[in-house]
Amino acid sequence: MSEAFIELRHIGKQFLGLRALDDVSLTINKGEIHCLAGENGSGKSTLIKIISGVYQPTEGEIIIEGEKVENLSPIESVNRAIQVIYQDFSLFGNLTVAENLALNTELRAKTKIVSWGRVKKLAREALDRLGVDIDLDAEVESLPTSSKQLVAIARALMSDAKLIIMDEPTTALTGKEVETLFRIVRDIQSRGIAILFVSHKMREMLEISERLTVIRNGVKVAEGSTSDFDEAAVIRHMTGLDIEIEPFRKEKPGPDVMPRLDVQGLTLPGDYENINLQLYPGEIVGLSGLLGSGRTELALSLFGMLTPASGSVKVDGKAIALDSVQDAIAEGIAYVPEDRLSEGLFMTQSIKRNIIATSLDNLAKGGIIDIPRVDRVADETIASMQIATPSAEKMVGELSGGNAQRVVLGRWLLTDAKVLILNGPTVGVDVGSKAEIHRKIRELVEHHGLAVLMISDDVLEVAQNCSRVILMHRGRFVDELEGDAISEDVISEQLKSFT
Amino acid sequence: MKLFKRSEFVIAAILLLAMVVIGLINPAFWQLDNIFSLLRSNVIIGIMALGVLIVMISGGIDVSFPAFAVAAMYLTVKGMIYFGYDGVIVPFIAATIMGMLFGCLNAFFVYKFRMIPLIVTLGTGSMVRGFLLGIVGTSMININKMPDALIDFAKTEVISMDKADGTHFGLTAMVLIYVGLAILVHLVLRYTMIGRSVFALGGDEEAAKRVGFDVRKTIFFIYCFAGMLAGFGGLLHSGMIWLANPRDFVGLELDVIAAVVLGGASIFGGRGSVLGTMLGVFMLVMVKNSLIIMKVETTWQRVVVGIVIVIATAMTAWRDRKRNA
Repeated sequence: MSEAFIELRHIGKQFLGLRALDDVSLTINKGEIHCLAGENGSGKSTLIKIISGVYQPTEGEIIIEGEKVENLSPIESVNRAIQVIYQDFSLFGNLTVAENLALNTELRAKTKIVSWGRVKKLAREALDRLGVDIDLDAEVESLPTSSKQLVAIARALMSDAKLIIMDEPTTALTGKEVETLFRIVRDIQSRGIAILFVSHKMREMLEISERLTVIRNGVKVAEGSTSDFDEAAVIRHMTGLDIEIEPFRKEKPGPDVMPRLDVQGLTLPGDYENINLQLYPGEIVGLSGLLGSGRTELALSLFGMLTPASGSVKVDGKAIALDSVQDAIAEGIAYVPEDRLSEGLFMTQSIKRNIIATSLDNLAKGGIIDIPRVDRVADETIASMQIATPSAEKMVGELSGGNAQRVVLGRWLLTDAKVLILNGPTVGVDVGSKAEIHRKIRELVEHHGLAVLMISDDVLEVAQNCSRVILMHRGRFVDELEGDAISEDVISEQLKSFT
Repeated sequence: MKLFKRSEFVIAAILLLAMVVIGLINPAFWQLDNIFSLLRSNVIIGIMALGVLIVMISGGIDVSFPAFAVAAMYLTVKGMIYFGYDGVIVPFIAATIMGMLFGCLNAFFVYKFRMIPLIVTLGTGSMVRGFLLGIVGTSMININKMPDALIDFAKTEVISMDKADGTHFGLTAMVLIYVGLAILVHLVLRYTMIGRSVFALGGDEEAAKRVGFDVRKTIFFIYCFAGMLAGFGGLLHSGMIWLANPRDFVGLELDVIAAVVLGGASIFGGRGSVLGTMLGVFMLVMVKNSLIIMKVETTWQRVVVGIVIVIATAMTAWRDRKRNA
């Protein structure tokens, strides 16, 4: 057994009578990669904040390198060589890479006058240490997410950290970038630096870590060597439920069935070329491809936000013109955007208003909104979508990701949608809610005869929930998988070959 | 090729183009006395713009500085008359300190109550102006009462010339003060940690705290420094026009903000430069000056300034969005 770097013993944390953590013990050994798994709200961020000194625990003790530490403050935590890489990286987009890297050191040295020569030298050393090459004079804003993350890691390494905490580090990365990140994480580990990898992505956690701790509702529910866990076990611990996921399979209907959506030769030069696509009632069709493959542009075109140059679109056999979002909604096409927070919802408005936002025409008589009917419709939708809220008046911004997503889905049901386009339906949603959203989508497809086009980066999601999977690359459909040919590995392999 | 990508280069190019066009419409534009008078008009707007630049880089906005400038100026001149003081350095120090104290007021509200700078500065500006007129007085101090020391100081010239017809003209030495302050602000913003903290704050306040910047110190620095520049500029203005008017500087905030935005500072914070601001100030002053030469009514000059603000803000906002995309 190797030596412990930090030991948390029986940690408890109360916020105004609310128990965020209860008797949680966690040991991170020197130079190990340790995963902290838990759903949103499980207490993992509270735990990170206790380690980084932002919060003081109400019970328990913290031992760092064999020494008991009282009142761990943020500065004390940094002095004890603990560094946190936040999800948003905490970088300054308006400053250069060099300055971002040097700032910490300069501040710690209580520098008053900036020497740009020294800034560059510090930054150069930091990047060399990580073995990456990024233009020091580039503004951080202009970098891709993966490079921003490297800058954040390089900055954390500058302070001779012994423990680096990475909060959801893979959220915004593509498959290839995750591989690069893992290579770097292992490289950091080989220098004897411990890493606490906080995540809710099963595969990644199981791949990268040596030991694993799972917390749920503020209580530690499992810990041990990663090799003792499999995906199902981790999910069971995280959610407390047995989430059994049966792959969604459905035969493609025969030629006599009218497709709900029939796209022929749709082209928008530079974005996508000659797209032919049929969606049949009751189908969930997955669309996967790298960022920039044209999938989002195609979805936007189907929703009337981006006018195609040529080609035709039919809904239930009727040719339609897609010049505006209003047209698309009128023809029964619904779209749940990638970033539902910025594109799909009015965060500061009530659930009710969000639900009815796309059906105001139906709910109004002569331009005046029928308020009792609105209330009824909103309550019905909240009930049928199982949105967890005390009232329809609650602000959507206060809902969890999973519940917010249900508001968007519920809204589209009201419009009598025939075709539902989902772009990254569960990005940023935890495992439990994810499973529920998937169940909901399947229900909609089965009961309402909807046709769903699911665009997703989450290969597992696509493999489990789609009866057909189309792979898109450089604006074209390059392959289609059906039935048992669909598997996570096959799709992953295909995606990796697209570079 | 980096040079061409910098916004200062773009602004300078636009400025040159505008100068050529104006010169074609009105050849008198290129005459030395016109250029000198243009530069003279840059001084006060320019000094105020330096303060607004710092505030805007930090992600805030300041509309209180004209009130601070007028209060510092009027109180100082009144004081000089009351004590019969006939010097230059002490009054300027006094006006600068007054401006700083007013600035502290802004910083206090912005930091302590996390209030939006626009609202804070609207309020403090209105308060200071109101107190000044209500308590100190509303009467103008004319040339006959203005302290001679101030007027003589502001009359100093670096270049003195005579026209063919014998009339005198020159370049005021106040331009040197403006340039000197500009260099100082540039050095502070570029080469000191406190200056960099202004950029950091404008980039991401949360990250600035996490990295370990003392955000309180930075906010106080920003608003106090802007107040100091306003107080100093205010007194200098009265010396240059031989008049201390407690109702002066009304509407100046719009001109100055327009100039700073023209100079490429981002309304979202985090971006802006002294050189750009100086070019923006010159451009604005030149456009207004040309309108006067072309005998356009003052009412219509306001329209032009409004259009300049909207277009320049739209362009920088568009630039910043594109960068973020």
